[in-house]
Amino acid sequence: MEPILIEGTPKTPTIKFDSATGEFEIKGRSIPENSVEFYRPLIDWLDLYKETPNNKTVVNIKLEYFNTSSSKCILDVFKKLETIHKAKNEVEVNWYYEEDDEDMLEAGEDYESIIRVPFKMIEIVE
Amino acid sequence: MSFNVESYFSDLSGKNPILYYKGNIDSDLINKLLDTVEEKLISSNEHPRLRKRVYNVLVESLQNLYHHVGSVPAGFKDQTSEKFGILSIIKLDYGYRIVTGNFILKEEAEELEKKIVRINNSSHDEITELYKFILNHQRISVKGGGGLGLVDIARKTGNKLEYAFKDYDENTSFFYLDILVNGNK
Repeated sequence: MEPILIEGTPKTPTIKFDSATGEFEIKGRSIPENSVEFYRPLIDWLDLYKETPNNKTVVNIKLEYFNTSSSKCILDVFKKLETIHKAKNEVEVNWYYEEDDEDMLEAGEDYESIIRVPFKMIEIVE
Repeated sequence: MSFNVESYFSDLSGKNPILYYKGNIDSDLINKLLDTVEEKLISSNEHPRLRKRVYNVLVESLQNLYHHVGSVPAGFKDQTSEKFGILSIIKLDYGYRIVTGNFILKEEAEELEKKIVRINNSSHDEITELYKFILNHQRISVKGGGGLGLVDIARKTGNKLEYAFKDYDENTSFFYLDILVNGNK
């Protein structure tokens, strides 16, 4: 399966989903008006990936900003990961937040409370 | 019944904004406003937490306008703006006020007011639970909104949403929303 590599823009994040290594990354800003359009290819890709996932999938989320419409799409991404985890594959989410950014930490904790996948909250100290 | 929405807006929002815009709200305009405000926040040396909060609230406010504004009433002078909105940002000693104005159909105004009242009557913990409930259970609407914008604003700012509705014509109201963003919750 081909990896997904999408360059970031001021309103959309950099995406690197590599099925060969099982390493996924969402990084930057996710504030598009139409987030469904942006995230649909990722969701479709994850639907294929979950058929033959790596033994271990590590997901690094390094978001500076995201809007509420992206928050639903990000939840959809996590729900796909939850399915993979339920099927007895290792899945780990690393949720990065900048020092003092308690809003971003809370956002990570929201997902952690909804999704049954292990989360690690990682503070980036400058 | 119609009135001058700009003077009404300015009377409520006050003078000397650091940024004022009125007109059509499209995606390019949102980009420009966000860039301008971010530069101002950085050059004012605001604490990163306040800077991020203001930016987040501004994103949600502008996208609320983008997704939800009602069409411009027939009697209104600006007929070229498909999505007419007003934005004003006022700097305070301890934070910022982000103020928006837009037209809304009266039937939608009722629902919106119910939602605001519910948010304003909720504690911070209740707002957090409401946010998570909507996040997990409500789909993105045909208009493209997630139904989370105002809840997120109330949660991030920790402040009540100040608002007003004023009848513009038989079918339309003008919606005024005044959000205080300060450093602490």
